[in-house]
Amino acid sequence: MDIFLQQILNGLVQGSVYALVALGYTMVYGILGLINFAHGEVVMVGAMVALTVSRLLLAAGLPPLLVLLIALLIAAAVCMVLGYGIERIAYRPLRNAPRLAPLITAIGVSIVLQNLAMIFWGRGYLAFPQLLPNAAHTLGGAVINDVQLIIMLVALLIMGGLMLLIHRSRLGRAMRAVAENPSAAALMGVDINRVISLTFMLGSALAAVAGIMVSANYGIVHYYMGSILGLKAFTAAVLGGIGNLRGAMLGGVLLGLIESLGAGYIGDLSGGFFGSNYQDVFAFFVLITVLIFRPSGLLGERVAERA
Amino acid sequence: MSNKHLLLPMAVLFTAALVACGKSETPAATSSSPAANSNSADELVVKIGASAPLTGPQAHIGKDNENGTRMAIEDANTKGITIGGKKARFELLSEDDQTDPKTATIVAQKLVDAKVSGIIGHLNSGTTIPASRIYSDNGIPQISPSATAVAYTAQGFKTAFRVMANDGQQGKVLGEFAAKNLGAKKIAVLDDRTAYGQGLADEFVKSAQANGAQIVAHEYTTDKAVDFTAVLTSVKGKKPDLVFFGGMDPQGAPMLKQLRSLGIDVKFMMGDGGYTPKFIENAGAAADGAYASLPGVPLEKMPGGKNFSQRYEAKFKQPIQLYAPYCYDAVNVMIAAMQKAGSVEPAKYLPELAKTEFDGVTAKIIFDEKGDLKGGAITLYQVQQGKWQPLQTMGGQTAAGSSPAAAY
Repeated sequence: MDIFLQQILNGLVQGSVYALVALGYTMVYGILGLINFAHGEVVMVGAMVALTVSRLLLAAGLPPLLVLLIALLIAAAVCMVLGYGIERIAYRPLRNAPRLAPLITAIGVSIVLQNLAMIFWGRGYLAFPQLLPNAAHTLGGAVINDVQLIIMLVALLIMGGLMLLIHRSRLGRAMRAVAENPSAAALMGVDINRVISLTFMLGSALAAVAGIMVSANYGIVHYYMGSILGLKAFTAAVLGGIGNLRGAMLGGVLLGLIESLGAGYIGDLSGGFFGSNYQDVFAFFVLITVLIFRPSGLLGERVAERA
Repeated sequence: MSNKHLLLPMAVLFTAALVACGKSETPAATSSSPAANSNSADELVVKIGASAPLTGPQAHIGKDNENGTRMAIEDANTKGITIGGKKARFELLSEDDQTDPKTATIVAQKLVDAKVSGIIGHLNSGTTIPASRIYSDNGIPQISPSATAVAYTAQGFKTAFRVMANDGQQGKVLGEFAAKNLGAKKIAVLDDRTAYGQGLADEFVKSAQANGAQIVAHEYTTDKAVDFTAVLTSVKGKKPDLVFFGGMDPQGAPMLKQLRSLGIDVKFMMGDGGYTPKFIENAGAAADGAYASLPGVPLEKMPGGKNFSQRYEAKFKQPIQLYAPYCYDAVNVMIAAMQKAGSVEPAKYLPELAKTEFDGVTAKIIFDEKGDLKGGAITLYQVQQGKWQPLQTMGGQTAAGSSPAAAY
């Protein structure tokens, strides 16, 4: 039983990590209908910047929590500039091009970012300093630590904050207007370019937060970390219904749980015929099954309204 | 990519030549300049191909391989080696195989088309094996510094060699050490499903069982994963007293960290893929007490070992990660065979390569009929106070100056 509980906790933590990244994907998609495949790399840049800043500040003798706060602010700022730049260079010129074109530039941007990060931060795995408390708590035989609790909390807070922003604020109304019909929104006096830039900057700031949380959890950063993470988060977003914030959270947590329970029990249940190497197969099988019955994801809106 | 890699050694050699000119002021010194195209008639340009992952999760180990290879080639050029009466100048063509078996075959064909005389590589067994067919079909000798899967040399290719003990030898020693010396009764095994990780884990399982241990779980991950909590939790339920991981340090370090944070207090063991400074750096405090193995005797016990690591650190401003000394040896073994044969033609020096007897930095290198390293001592290490410390060397014939099975 304690093993089962531990697997549930593992799944929740892993799922919150996916959800954190998936929220950024889904927000940009919800507003622009564009899958920003460079999002995983922005997460990586956020983590790397935070690493550099926190190393400098820790060397200067500042307390860890203050260091975390400053690192978070600087990483978010750098990522916002980066997000603005990506949108200006790679997406804006292609705004009226066929859907596939910005998809290709997105992949291009992610390759460029990966290689730039490799040049700046080197090829090696870098140890991320312990900035958050990580005292372990025992819960009915299962173990969970502070960092993991914080990750779950932050994922929920960000989801709530984004929903408030989009449904209650002036900027949010402009975003929804652009999402519904860009040209009509422009005619009504919405500055489309500004709204889209802000959307990207917000998504990138979220990526920085996700990057720091992920690095704090695993304790290592690497220039390659964004690609697998981005892929899994994208899967989570699709599973929950891309474009829907609650869906990203649900999809992330579900994917985490499926992976963890799948890897943990598939071997025992199939009598050793399938092993934990089928973990990803299992996760994608669930994804395909969901998409067959609900093509727009669990909480997704009907796609026909768009495009 | 390859142009960029050539620039650095060219620049280094060119400046070296300039300095030499300035000091000696003899016209003879200029003839050693590599940039001199005019006297290329009496100069033999030897292209050596090398391949390792220079991007992706194992890029730090791949770059380490390239550094070791580059150092050997630059040393040879500085020394001034004559082959068949001609002055030889060695050129390194380094390619990135991205740890990917498919890319490895593309890169292999590229190196073959560039008419290289020999290959140092690849790093992983999973890339070395598919690439070795292409080298074999074209008759180009290949020395892998680090591919340890038994299957690599078992294909019967005359061109395939390695300067490292294979997983059959390594897995045997590791299994024996775990079951006998560490007294492990119940062992959980994880592997990353690569040719290397899977092969080593399978050999380890065989040996551990033969020595009386019971394998209570065999779980899997990939060479790109970062989260192992699910499989580790399921391992926890089987209550093992030792966890063995067949894989590389990018997975090993976080795995050990997560093992400890899940409150699983058991011994942790890896093969050569874990024996890196990065492993300790990334696993942090959790690294203490972890075991790993590396073919050969400890570098500092080898005649030229200490000197090598000092020169490496001075040159590349970083510690040796893993296989750089083996790459260095691989290049020198190849050059020695070329010198003996008096030719850089693959067909001509290949027979000499098979007959190699060479005192390297890592071991005395003699190949058996398959191209494997004869003898092949294996040293076991443990992390103590944040450093890899040798425990004991097991099996095989070791080089002069150190006795086998000596406890350090």
